Formats: sequence, C-alpha cells, structure tokens
Amino acid sequence: MPLALPIAAVGMSFGLLAGPLLGAMPSILMSAVVWSGTAQFAALSILTSGGGTALAASAGLLANTRFLPMGFAIAPSMTGGPLRRLLRGALLADASFVIGHRGGGRFDISALAWAAPMQYVTWVGGTVVGVAGATAIGDPARWGLDVLFPVFYLSLLLPDLFPEHIQAARHRARRQGDRANRGRGHASSRNLRPIIVAVLAAVITLVLTPIAPPGVPVLVAAAAALIGIRPPPQPVTRAGAGDDA
Amino acid sequence: MRTWLLIAVLAVGSVLMKTLGPVLAGGRQPPPPLTRIIALVAPAVISALIVTGTFTQGQQLIIDARAAGVGAGAVALWFRVPAVLAMLIAAVVCALLRFAA
Repeated sequence: MPLALPIAAVGMSFGLLAGPLLGAMPSILMSAVVWSGTAQFAALSILTSGGGTALAASAGLLANTRFLPMGFAIAPSMTGGPLRRLLRGALLADASFVIGHRGGGRFDISALAWAAPMQYVTWVGGTVVGVAGATAIGDPARWGLDVLFPVFYLSLLLPDLFPEHIQAARHRARRQGDRANRGRGHASSRNLRPIIVAVLAAVITLVLTPIAPPGVPVLVAAAAALIGIRPPPQPVTRAGAGDDA
Repeated sequence: MRTWLLIAVLAVGSVLMKTLGPVLAGGRQPPPPLTRIIALVAPAVISALIVTGTFTQGQQLIIDARAAGVGAGAVALWFRVPAVLAMLIAAVVCALLRFAA
C-alpha cells in the first residue's frame, strides 16, 4: 500500500513533537487509541501554545467532526447488524475512506476495512520511532513524503471528476458493469456535479483555513455535497428538442 | 492525569463520530435526495483534504515546494501515469525544491 510511508512519516512527526511535551507513553497511547493525525496535531498545537486540557480536547474533537458526514456517507454501503457496522465504522479514517470510495456514493467496505490495520500499525509504529527520537533520520518533511497524501488522494478523486478521461482499463470495465446495473446513470449526460462540488469544497477550505480551527474547514467543505439535494438537470432529449422546434 | 483525560476524551469522541452514521443509517438505502448528497460527500471531502495537504500549514495558507510537487503529480496523473509513479514524481520534485532552497 503506497500510503504506508507517508503515514509512518507523519506518525514520526507527531512522536517527535508530542514526546517532549506529553511524555513517551502518553504520546504512543494517544496514537494507539485516538488514531487520527488531524485531531492529535490539533490538540497538541493547543497544548504547545499554552492552552489548557479542555481547550485541547475541544480542538481535537472539532477536528474530527468531519467523520460524522463521512460516516453517514459510508453507511448505506454497509451490511450486517449494528455491532458489525460499529466495528467497521471504527475503522474509518481519512485514508481508508478515500481508498474505499468507489464513486457515485458507493463504498467498498472490505477495501476500507483491509486498508485500516496497515494504516494503524504504521501510524502507531511511526509514533514510537518519533518518540524514541528519530534525529538520525531528521524531519520526515525534508524528504518530500508529505506530498504523497495529496497526490494519492488526487489519483482517487480524478476518476470521479473526469470519468471518461482518467479511467484506467480495469476501472473502465468495472464502472461499465456498474452503469449497466444502475440503469440510468450518468452514462448519457456529462455529470458536472462532482467537479462543481470539488471546486466548491476547495474554495471553502482555502477561505476557512486561516479563520477556523484545524479540521473544521474540511467539515464545512463536506457541506458542498448539499447541492445534490436538487434533482440533477434533465439532459435535453431529442424528442424534447423536436417538440420545441 | 490531565493528559490521560485528554486522550480518553479524544479517543471516545472520535469513535463516536466515526460510528454514529454506520450504526444509525447502516445497510439501508436512503431516499433519493439523500443518496445524491451522499454521492457527493466523497468528492467534497477528498478535495478538501487535497487542498489542506497542499496549501496549508496549521492555520496558514502557504504556497511552497508541496504545491509544485502536487502540481507535478497532478500533471502526471492527467497523462494517465500510474498513481505510485505520480506520487514518486511529486516527492522528488518537492524534495529537490526543498533541497535547493
């Protein structure tokens, strides 16, 4: 899995920063039970800047509110009883969400579930290395590892935005099958909505980042999906055009 | 003591937010308007994560070596370069620029 390296690198960064402040064991335990870089860095940055425990906890929780809409997004793709769904839902993380998503609102829950243990082990392992003082390797950011996330996410987003341009052969085969099953998909008309939503979400994130606490811009950006509440514009059919003329 | 409390609150809170949707709304097909919204949550969230990872540092907006690296990766992906190779290109561009700076 291509994300093992950057996840370990970010885990290391967290360990390096948190170790001196929280102590070795609490830092490692935090990665082990919280398992969310955004929340952990958010809480840590509050503590570093002299904020109290309550403030740090609220910052961390606020950073993770994005998992609410993400959880509701994966919910329809899930099977099994409440306990099974609870356990699968607990495996939700940014990377596993992106890896599990199959476009059109569908999620491969087993892909999501398989991605999670690897992420977990590299995240906690990275933290341990960072806490142990990985001064020999230095700051992982110097190696350009942090750009691996956006590019990987982009590789999984582009097929949503430009299906006919990007789709690799195996993707195409799978999606054509899906289209046939769905019947009326966006096979005939070009669906611009994912592009509009992605641009809207990007703008929201850029505007809110300087003024909102970490994690909140992503939560608000998720609201861009609300444009889907309106039915998609009907493609102009030949019959309709003929009637007009 | 306060640190342990912080960790416990964050852990419980995170799991609650991750599992609320799956437990309450799991396995059922929601009504069409909701289905259309759900279909668009992934593009919105992924786009926001990309922007966060490319242009932000904490609460600051920054254009630095990462933007160049991600740009190179994006061009590679557009020309159907496999994802792993595009990630490698992005990392190399980013590291070279940081090294040069």
